[in-house]
Amino acid sequence: MRPFRYHRPADVAEAVAVLGAEPQAAYLAGGTNLVDLMKLGVQRPDVLVDVNRLPLDTVQELPDGGLRIGATVRNSDLAAHPVVRRDYPVLARALLAAASGQLRNLATTGGNLLQRTRCVYFQDTGKACNKRDPGSGCAALHGQNRDLAVLDWSEQCVATHPSDLAVALAALDAVVEVHDTDGARDVPLAALHRSPGTQPERETTLARGALITAVRLPALPAARRSAYLKVRDRASFAFAAGSVAAVLDLDGEVVRDVRLAYGAVAHRPWRAYRAEEELRGRPFSPELAAAAADAELAEARPLRHNGFKLPLTRAITVRVLTELAARAAS
Amino acid sequence: MSAGAVGRAYPRLEGREKVTGTARYAVEYPVDGVTYGWAVPSAVVRGRITRVDPAQALASPGVLAVVHHGNAPRLAPGPEPDLWLLQEPTVHYRGQFIAVVVATSLEAAREGARLVRIDYDAGPHSTVLTDDHPGLYKPDHINPSYPTDTAEGDFDAGYAAAPVRVDVTYRTPAYHNNPMEPHATTAQWHDGRLLVHDSNQGASSVRATLAELFELPRESVRVVTQHVGGGFGSKGYAKAAVVLAALAARHVDRPVRLALTRQQLFGPIGYRTPTIQRVRLAADADGRLTAICHDAISQTSTMREFAEQTAVYTRSMYAAPHRRTTHRLVRLDVPTPFWMRAPGECPGAYALESAMDELAVAVGIDPVELRIRNDTEVDPDQGRPFTSRNLVACLREGAQRFGWADRDPAPRSRRDGHWLVGSGVAGSSYPARARPCSATATARPDGSFLVRINVTDIGTGARTAMWQVAADALGVPPERVAISIGDSDLPTAPVAGGSMGTASWSWAVIRACQALRGKLPEGGSPDRDVSAEADTSDEVGGQPTLPRYAYGAQFAEVRVDATTGEVRLNRMLGVFAAGQVVNPTTARSQLIGGMTMGLSMALHEEGVLDERYGDWVNHDLATYHITGCADVESIEAYWLDERDGELNPAGVKGIGEIGIVGAAAAIANAVHHATGVRIRDLPIRLDKLVGVSELA
Amino acid sequence: MQGGPETEITTDERHSSRVAFDVNDAPREMTLDNRTTLLDALREHLGLIGAKKGCDHGQCGSCTVLLDGRRVKSCLVLAVTLDGRSVITVEGLAGPDELSPLQAAFIAQDAFQCGYCTPGQLCSARGMLDEVDRGWPSAVTDDLGAPPDLTDAEIRERMAGNLCRCAAYPHIVAAVRETAATR
Repeated sequence: MRPFRYHRPADVAEAVAVLGAEPQAAYLAGGTNLVDLMKLGVQRPDVLVDVNRLPLDTVQELPDGGLRIGATVRNSDLAAHPVVRRDYPVLARALLAAASGQLRNLATTGGNLLQRTRCVYFQDTGKACNKRDPGSGCAALHGQNRDLAVLDWSEQCVATHPSDLAVALAALDAVVEVHDTDGARDVPLAALHRSPGTQPERETTLARGALITAVRLPALPAARRSAYLKVRDRASFAFAAGSVAAVLDLDGEVVRDVRLAYGAVAHRPWRAYRAEEELRGRPFSPELAAAAADAELAEARPLRHNGFKLPLTRAITVRVLTELAARAAS
Repeated sequence: MSAGAVGRAYPRLEGREKVTGTARYAVEYPVDGVTYGWAVPSAVVRGRITRVDPAQALASPGVLAVVHHGNAPRLAPGPEPDLWLLQEPTVHYRGQFIAVVVATSLEAAREGARLVRIDYDAGPHSTVLTDDHPGLYKPDHINPSYPTDTAEGDFDAGYAAAPVRVDVTYRTPAYHNNPMEPHATTAQWHDGRLLVHDSNQGASSVRATLAELFELPRESVRVVTQHVGGGFGSKGYAKAAVVLAALAARHVDRPVRLALTRQQLFGPIGYRTPTIQRVRLAADADGRLTAICHDAISQTSTMREFAEQTAVYTRSMYAAPHRRTTHRLVRLDVPTPFWMRAPGECPGAYALESAMDELAVAVGIDPVELRIRNDTEVDPDQGRPFTSRNLVACLREGAQRFGWADRDPAPRSRRDGHWLVGSGVAGSSYPARARPCSATATARPDGSFLVRINVTDIGTGARTAMWQVAADALGVPPERVAISIGDSDLPTAPVAGGSMGTASWSWAVIRACQALRGKLPEGGSPDRDVSAEADTSDEVGGQPTLPRYAYGAQFAEVRVDATTGEVRLNRMLGVFAAGQVVNPTTARSQLIGGMTMGLSMALHEEGVLDERYGDWVNHDLATYHITGCADVESIEAYWLDERDGELNPAGVKGIGEIGIVGAAAAIANAVHHATGVRIRDLPIRLDKLVGVSELA
Repeated sequence: MQGGPETEITTDERHSSRVAFDVNDAPREMTLDNRTTLLDALREHLGLIGAKKGCDHGQCGSCTVLLDGRRVKSCLVLAVTLDGRSVITVEGLAGPDELSPLQAAFIAQDAFQCGYCTPGQLCSARGMLDEVDRGWPSAVTDDLGAPPDLTDAEIRERMAGNLCRCAAYPHIVAAVRETAATR
């Protein structure tokens, strides 16, 4: 770990200004990912701007029924928040399925969205990785890629986004509030993360130095019937082998609305618009759910070791939607 | 002695220190002027270091030295080429430690290690074990000194003539021991004498190795090992950390703390070799085995031959007139494999006990009954009767406790919602051995006693067990006995490993205590300290060669999600026959621990190697999964009351390994029973089951 | 050397900071390299060796301590961020020469073998029981709207962030269950 200066800004404007002035500075929030990567030599900031004490740690109910979540609200606090548990169970479930109790007490809402991939080649400075070291190649493409992407990867990068929270937020059409040197603006979550393309080192659409200050959830009464299903290689404390966030709104048997997002399949949380299209307006059945998943995965290109993600994602799509439909019926 | 402390449950003597955070491990001793060592691994697999440029590292604040083959203190070339560190520019495998950075803080040491520039000439390499590798060869013998191959009868003819045959190949990946405490050492030199606080499984042998490497008399080396955060075989002998720390401390002439990082534990300290095992079984229509063949392939390094005894389990477990076992090795450009809990027996039993299950299915006999039918009172290998063999009793007791009788033998016969439920069984056995050991016992005028022995307590409860044994041997309540362990200045004792610690140590403790009693006035205390010592070398060496084994039966119930392929263990139950159990509390913990490591092997662990880089890519605890708390819903261990007079004075067989042997097979067999799908390469993970048509 | 900074500061002023926080209810103030984690500050500067370094990357839980009453992995917390905050380590779970009920239960249930993960298990269990008291759900809680019932499945899930290679898990669960029941 390279020696670094430490700065605790008084407000958001100062934080953004320091990042703007220091080309190798980084924001420090929960630290659960950044400190890990600094120890590995994957990230080497020379200034840390500690945003933990900025007043970004509250959850507010909005007049329109939505929710505004401060960027430094800890994952554990958010999962335990009564409104989240009642109105957005998919979000609470995604948070609770992630990491461990100790990590959830540190990890923040904003930081979680900016988590780096858990690709083992990215994490090892002795191995080629375009994301860590642009131009060095992608060792994972023809390497051990069981955990990596099946959708939307490029020859330059086959990494997946590791966050569970982001998958739930994708399904909920969340909006990310961002501050940069030009001021504040909103970024839809769906537009936050990038496909790897030829520049996998660029993971989000944010300008360098931009600070996430909050995440807004729109009012979505249907989300009271929502769920997050995560499948992993051990019972707990593991990243997803596959995951799905789902909101299902039925009118009788007919799908009035549905929101579906996948984790562990792509470089970004994967909103399954095509599957939603297949489902919307049709009478729900497990067969329809399977067909919808197949439609979403039609363009998947599994790598050598991760073909299992297709039947797995299909299976969890059917499982989660069928269970939500059963709950609606009862 | 049996009415005394042995056999009674006592909490661990050091329990209070461990729960209050005051128990000191290797790099936790206060040391004036201490510095920090950080090991630098090679970035190539095979080749030669052409240049070490320490300039940038040395310019980094806090860095005191970069120790490498060009400037390191010299070591005597010993029998352990793996430990001849920083002596030559040759690189034998990726991750080999080729330098140590010493700094005045941990942070500076880590950064310094990153800044050392090393150039190499790299050559081609081979790091993946295959069954057609051109380098396959037959070693002269296998660990520790078994014959490489054995044959009795005519396997080929016997196999060809049998009505029921099974011919199956199993694969196990590399497993990494991953004790929670990394290999770690504090090394200090004073006036040419070396003191190390080290995390190992046997301070006496570590002292001997250090003395040899640094060309010192043994009395000039002291190894203190009070508390050890697990080892599971990987700390069985001196390993890189202690050698690097001693080299670095000598080089900078200051004390050095050096702990390997978690990532550095994946290879350089040893690991369980991957195996490819073909098992052929033939039986008559009643399931009586007529022919058994077990062909095992494993790997070793280019530095040294480590020939794991994978098929030895099969030599003595079940009887048949025609039997054959073989071992073949490949020398790869990898770190040398080493011991991991039940080396040989653990992967070997996975294969044989899985094949027995396949035979049970093929012949249509209950797998418990099949094993009972093939029991033998005479060791098929040695041709002599076992000193005791309670495999059948374990199977019967286990079946009864587990509720085996209710089992429908048909695969896929139980369903619970989306879960397919099944159960499996496996046998288990492990040799009961002892090694020479010494101890002293002292009586004091105040009526108390002190027993001194260089036992290492790696979490087994050895400290407590020896205290109990000593109390009984002295014929006094244990409260009057103190025990001193974990220091090479104490009487020499063998390694905590191979399930022979308790047998070996208790032998010496009992003899020393008996000798002391002979010196004491009848019924009273001496007027000054009186001591007696014992060395069991002659007695152990003179013991007749007999087949001595512990046995067990493992039962597992799993559930497999019919659509996602997830596998979970519902419950597991083991019954063991391991002679006298000294402390039921610590014994139960150790057996459950072994069974859980078997669960971890069956469902979770896999070292994933990338041939292009020549190392395991999943080298941390986030990507190399070990079983966690949420995976263990119910694991129970029981034992039979077993007395065997042919063992050792305490009548113990050892319990460190028996819990893992057979555990993975029981789980794999349960997965087959649940699903009808037989996965023959571990671990059994959802990617091997999801989408499999038989499942749905 | 115990109680005071044991290791030297190896960086210049720009890369180190004066930091003051409470450890086990006693104020501590020291100058630390900005890179120093809470775990290394405890172990190498304050002589508090209870928190263990098992992986140094937040993957094993051996370094768990309580930060302002909440369980965290101290290997991922930079000490420089802690000004004014409060840390409880395993050494502070009970008064001098005392055992907390949880510590006593760990001994009684033989909830450890090698003991290396134990301080982390204890701090984690302590923090986890408080989370249950606050009504926090877990991944295995059926009803997100109701206060959790501390079943064995709940304990296992909530303790999943603490690995134990000796695999004392069933006994850890028993010790936590026993402690919870007598509170």
